[in-house]
Amino acid sequence: MRILLVEDDAEVARFVAKGLKEAGHAVEHATNGRDGLFLAASEPFDVLVLDRMLPGGVDGVRLVETLRAQGNRTPVLFLSALSAVDERVRGLKAGGDDYLPKPFAFAELLARVEALARRPAVDAPATRLKVADLEMDLLARSVTRGGRRIDVQPREFRLLEQLMRHAGQVVTRTMLLEKVWDYHFDPQTNVIDVHVSRLRQKVDKGFDKPLIHTVRNAGYMMRAEP
Amino acid sequence: MSPRRGALPLLGRSAALRLALLFALLFAASVAAFAAVLWWGTAGALDRQTDAAIRADGRSLAARAAEGGVPALVAAIEERMELDFENINIYLLVSREGRVLAGNLPAWPPAMPRESGWRTVPVARDGGEWRTEGRFLHVALPDGNDLLVGRDIAEKLRLRSVLAEGLAFSAAVALTIAVLGAALLRRAVEARLSPAASTAEAIAAGDLTRRVPLSSRGDEFDQLGAIMNTMLDRIGTLMEGVRGVSDSLAHDLRTPLARARGRLEEALATAGEDPAALRGAVERGIADLDQIIRMFHALLRIAEAEAGARRAAFRPLDLAEVAADAAEFYGAAAEARGQRIELSLPDSLPLTGDRDLLLQAIANLLDNAVKFAPPGSSIVLSGGVEGGAAEIRVADAGPGLTAEDRARAGERFFRADSARSTPGSGLGLSLVRAVAHLHGGELLLEDASPGRDPPGLLARLRLGQPAAGLDPEAAARHALA
Repeated sequence: MRILLVEDDAEVARFVAKGLKEAGHAVEHATNGRDGLFLAASEPFDVLVLDRMLPGGVDGVRLVETLRAQGNRTPVLFLSALSAVDERVRGLKAGGDDYLPKPFAFAELLARVEALARRPAVDAPATRLKVADLEMDLLARSVTRGGRRIDVQPREFRLLEQLMRHAGQVVTRTMLLEKVWDYHFDPQTNVIDVHVSRLRQKVDKGFDKPLIHTVRNAGYMMRAEP
Repeated sequence: MSPRRGALPLLGRSAALRLALLFALLFAASVAAFAAVLWWGTAGALDRQTDAAIRADGRSLAARAAEGGVPALVAAIEERMELDFENINIYLLVSREGRVLAGNLPAWPPAMPRESGWRTVPVARDGGEWRTEGRFLHVALPDGNDLLVGRDIAEKLRLRSVLAEGLAFSAAVALTIAVLGAALLRRAVEARLSPAASTAEAIAAGDLTRRVPLSSRGDEFDQLGAIMNTMLDRIGTLMEGVRGVSDSLAHDLRTPLARARGRLEEALATAGEDPAALRGAVERGIADLDQIIRMFHALLRIAEAEAGARRAAFRPLDLAEVAADAAEFYGAAAEARGQRIELSLPDSLPLTGDRDLLLQAIANLLDNAVKFAPPGSSIVLSGGVEGGAAEIRVADAGPGLTAEDRARAGERFFRADSARSTPGSGLGLSLVRAVAHLHGGELLLEDASPGRDPPGLLARLRLGQPAAGLDPEAAARHALA
């Protein structure tokens, strides 16, 4: 997919662009807000990755506000050295879709960019999710695998839903924390791993093909093939 | 300096002087009021009394003249003069032509005009030898004669001058006292202010250890001093916090930084030999950096919480819900270690606060409990309102903390000896404490089961007033939800 990266730091831009290209995406790069706004408004992109603070009079927040005012709904991921809660809230309020404080792991950035680009359209909510022989009924809130019913607790249901919605994509631990538990905090120990392994016990145990995979140094991925 | 101040520089610059002058002015005004009342009550009363006597005298003499004509009037005047032993009454009856018909004045006083009304004029009595002052009422009789009724007021005037002298003397004394009092007042105000001023000066010069000395009086100056001292303590704590952070950063981040650096350097040196080793070294280097970044985040959160900067994220919330979420989140980790988290929470604990930070605080307490409690034991997470404050309690059956460690727990990077072998940054309780302070509360550490061995640890996270700052409408919504 096409990604616009607006980042003034040459080194960060180089490393992000290289990583995204290696992951198979086309990347356009602008070094200031004015050029970024021009590119974003004149060409179609799947995702915009914006530094929150940019030189050239147009910062990330202004850029997004201008785009949204023009009716441009391209998903936006903010990168920011400002980690304060207010800054995050301000970025999301302006029309940003996700917020990643610096410094970040590239895997985290990639996972979030891909999740943003493949966000399900709001007007067509899915009622059933299916990955291989694992099926989830979002209305009846039931899970079956190979026709066999699996009992999951509400939180496990949301965890599984997140993984299934992003099947084939990496979902990082912080993404799970934000989406499933709806908190922004540092769990200190790898408690997320414990939750995922409990879910794995229910979903994968007794079946020959595991669906929940651990992606080293990144997070988790649900996919049919090993 | 402003022109207004320039005109009266002393007045402009000294509040104490202004106060003192105000005092002197009020004092002088009250003395003047006192003198006025005294004057009106004595000299004024005498005047009024004299006038009343003269008026009554004149009226009755005029009545006699109306009844019996001039002879009766002359007889009445003669009679009155005989009865006047003090010789202060003055009468004079003159005919239209100016002839004296009766009275004790040799002639009509020159200063007295021949028209009805009151006058105070100098007169000569006893054949012009005795000059004195008289107060007179002139009554024009219907038959054309003029009657003058008066009193010799020389005695009264003497009395009056004595009174005036007395008042002037006491006014002088009062003014002296006022000026002295003002000076004393000014000095007293300055004396009470000078400790605060010199303390502030010393602090401005960089000595943050100075405090305003307080007297035992507990008056307004002491209150001001106490407020200043509280402020200074807070500033001192913040300064110490900043110093502590930089010291600890320097000290504790040095180790992981050195480790990461060493690994990368070693990997570079041996790069050609073993690609797998190089990869491992780089990965460990990144893991070290991640650990450092997490410590940075934690320190930032602590700093933000301590500076009160995160109040912007304050919302009405249900603490019981947040605690239950934390318990659910750590329940899995506890189970993995064969422990159980027992919940004892009320239906709701409304509070205005920062949801993410509160969860982080409870999570840190649970994380500690899970880490230090032995396998198979229970961790009790309870909550409620205790002494007007919402409280979350986490009790474990771990080794607990000695009194010494307890006092130090909550300092950044402090780790009890027994905890050194477990993973952790030593920032957990610092953050809990900072979150408690941000919410107007505190973190208390106690023995979970005193007297037993091990005593376990009971962490009490107290969070200010329940529902403090919650507007009634939101509280009502909260209660319904």
